Amino acid sequence: MRVSPALRRVSSLVVLGLALSLAPGADAKKKDKDAKQAEAPYASTYRPYPGRPTALVGATVYDGRGGRIDNGTVLFENGKLVAIGGADLAIPAGYDRIDGAGKFVTPGVIDIHSHLGVYPSPSVDANSDGNEMTSPTTPDVWAEHSVWPQDPGFGRAMMHGGVTSLQILPGSGNLIGGRAVTLKNVPSLTVQGMKFPGAPYSLKMACGENPKRVYGEKGQKPSTRMGNFSVDRQAWIDAKKYKDGDHADRDLGKDTLEGVLKGEVLVQNHCYRADEMAQVLDMAKEMGYKVTAFHHAVEAYKIADLLKANDVCAAIWADWYGFKMESYDGIPENAALVANQGACVVIHSDDENGIQRLNQEAAKAQADGRRIGIDIPDAQVVGWFTYNAAKAMGIGDKTGSLEANKMADVVLWNGSPLSVYSRPEKVWVDGALLYDADDPKRKPVSDFELGQPGEGDVK
Amino acid sequence: MSRLLSAIALSALTLVGGPALAQDLAITNATLATGDGGAPIPNATVVVRAGKVVAAGAGVAVPAGITAVDGTGKWVTPGLFSAVTDLGLSDVEAVDESNDSAADKSPFNAAMDISPALNPANQHIAVSREGGVTRATVTPFNGGSIFAGQGAVIDLGADPNLLMKPRAFQYVELGEAGGRLAGGSRVAAYVYLRNALREAKEVAALPAGATRQGDVLLTRADARALAPVLDGTQPLYVGVDRAADIRSVLGLKSEFPKLDLVLVGATEGWMVANEIAAARVPVITMPLRDLPASFEQLGATQSNVGRMKKAGVKVAIGMFMGMDQPRYAPQQAGNLVALTKVPGATGLTWGEAFAAITSVPAEISGMGGKAGVLAPGAVGDVVLWDGDPLELSSAPLAVWIDGVKQPLDNHQSRLKQRYRDLDRSLLPKAYVW
Repeated sequence: MRVSPALRRVSSLVVLGLALSLAPGADAKKKDKDAKQAEAPYASTYRPYPGRPTALVGATVYDGRGGRIDNGTVLFENGKLVAIGGADLAIPAGYDRIDGAGKFVTPGVIDIHSHLGVYPSPSVDANSDGNEMTSPTTPDVWAEHSVWPQDPGFGRAMMHGGVTSLQILPGSGNLIGGRAVTLKNVPSLTVQGMKFPGAPYSLKMACGENPKRVYGEKGQKPSTRMGNFSVDRQAWIDAKKYKDGDHADRDLGKDTLEGVLKGEVLVQNHCYRADEMAQVLDMAKEMGYKVTAFHHAVEAYKIADLLKANDVCAAIWADWYGFKMESYDGIPENAALVANQGACVVIHSDDENGIQRLNQEAAKAQADGRRIGIDIPDAQVVGWFTYNAAKAMGIGDKTGSLEANKMADVVLWNGSPLSVYSRPEKVWVDGALLYDADDPKRKPVSDFELGQPGEGDVK
Repeated sequence: MSRLLSAIALSALTLVGGPALAQDLAITNATLATGDGGAPIPNATVVVRAGKVVAAGAGVAVPAGITAVDGTGKWVTPGLFSAVTDLGLSDVEAVDESNDSAADKSPFNAAMDISPALNPANQHIAVSREGGVTRATVTPFNGGSIFAGQGAVIDLGADPNLLMKPRAFQYVELGEAGGRLAGGSRVAAYVYLRNALREAKEVAALPAGATRQGDVLLTRADARALAPVLDGTQPLYVGVDRAADIRSVLGLKSEFPKLDLVLVGATEGWMVANEIAAARVPVITMPLRDLPASFEQLGATQSNVGRMKKAGVKVAIGMFMGMDQPRYAPQQAGNLVALTKVPGATGLTWGEAFAAITSVPAEISGMGGKAGVLAPGAVGDVVLWDGDPLELSSAPLAVWIDGVKQPLDNHQSRLKQRYRDLDRSLLPKAYVW
């Protein structure tokens, strides 16, 4: 049997790290005194596609924030949600009426941790653009400059997973991996055409095994966990100095770190072990920034009280464990135990296949909780892959829940989204119908797949 | 040589065949899925005596002297059969010291027999057992050659005797990965394969004690290991994905007619489904891979299994390794049922999907009628579930292997018990155990 993709990803980190060991460090410093130019570079050009005023009636509606309406009505028009209510909600004239009896409606699914576009399919070396492993800190790189919009994975995530928004992160080879980018899951020629309007940036950080392995094997710092913290802390000290300086010499990387210190850029921190998460929280305290979410966090259940006290989300798989040393104590009850302490749970994928089933992963995690006496209602579990993700990406005021005036990012499921037997039937992004299981042509086919075996197949 | 190998395999089978602790067992009033591909049967009964199934179905009477477990509201099934796994080969995949799945610095390849490395106390085995997996095949992984070596059939019982059949198959990787392993191209892989089988033939024909002549590439051990592949007594598992590569593999049969082929992967199998069916070659695949992850998987679709099945191919769900854990085989199968509601997609019925994780992989693994089914004479591997076993919310309540009730605890279950609450006011958590 060939080595599994998962291990290949772990080991390719090592191989790549070695291969690039002689490459020069990232040229972070770039003089640019035109500060205005930096206001909103690479701005979003996304505009919602046309949609029709639509009324979804008769379905079970989960609003993403814990609400459930049986036989509900969801109205949207001009890309925005208009009203959500019961069977008695009046449907304005001119609305298309879609019968949702026996079906379910949720907000569009959101993945807070994806590498689509930066590690696209086909996963050949030429497309491997997710980890700038030439320096342990690369806050200067932006994931959006690596995203290949033709990655067929975007379309699959919509068709099978109902994904309407996602955050693309740099990989975890570096302590400070670079800026993430939040996208609407709309096919586009350019990444600018996918960028989520008004979404804040996030900074990807990583603790633990990956950075110390990648750089330790090059014979450079960090080669230990204490080295990890040393490099991180010095980076923050330097960033604070930069923040308080005159910015005469613009530093691309420190711009990003300054954004974090000012609270404008969120921190998404890859971290597995409980003790290390506690250390990171103290580092954030020491340096004056906030961690928005710990990603992977397989030991979040051990410190769920601490996460709650610090208002940090745990963005996690349902049940991955044991594939690397720092994942050894992963358990399927993680999400339920974290939720049980009142802390924020987000189910993430970190995987081009897993992103097609975030709803199923959440359902498994819910069931594992129920078996130890933690009963979390379906409506709250739906929030694990909708509103909670949006909140932790800083777009909770725009999408992630079914509330009037928010973006009409909506999924109609052909059964309960928490059942293995269900799939998205229709997916709307900003009110535009971008996937319809009943219409063979209403699904995205990337440029890469044209003229290839299975072009336009159900997939 | 091949006869000797088979004899060893046979003796190993008989050694572990009769579990001493097997208790008679009956489960009544449960929804029964026998694993045979049919629809679930309501209000059914399963009876196990002396470690073997004696009856399973509706209207089965419980023999006197057996205390019946009431299965009202529950489901009863055979244990899951996980084909082509890495179970028992590593403690932590990325912790190299703990990982025996591949050996790229070894001079050997086809001769590698994983059976002595298998650890019955492995945590992944315990976790899989808790998930209802009772039998599996374990495969070696490629090191430096297209031949990964010889895999085994195991049971997951909580006892030292996990090995049911050592050297149950040889694994060869062709296609893209095979080409790279062979030196850089698919072409090289086929030359290597043909040469290896030629050397196997020559070594097998050598009189005892005779030495080989020149013109040899394989070690003696590797050449010998391939003899049972050549004469069809040991199945050859072939890792291959592209439709064209599948055709090339099927073509090997005309040259080496006795090869007992099993395709592993077969992502584009649906494109050559009729040819696979005509060749009567079974397939083991991970069904939800629907991305063109490589240029040999451009035609990937979740409908692959359904379309092959429809064409008459014997298809099992397998390839459980890394993040694709054996205990979540039911999720894979359930998703194929979900496809039946997606216009244009081809899925499986519930019974077919459940068979794809029980009886079908057992048949392909040489355990047909013995494992993966609840039928008279089969091993007493029984799982009692709290609901539809394919549904995400369900889990085993109890697991029997060879009629022996299994412990379901492991590292994970102990952690969840310790951290059910976070109270550390009187003593550290280290004292909760």
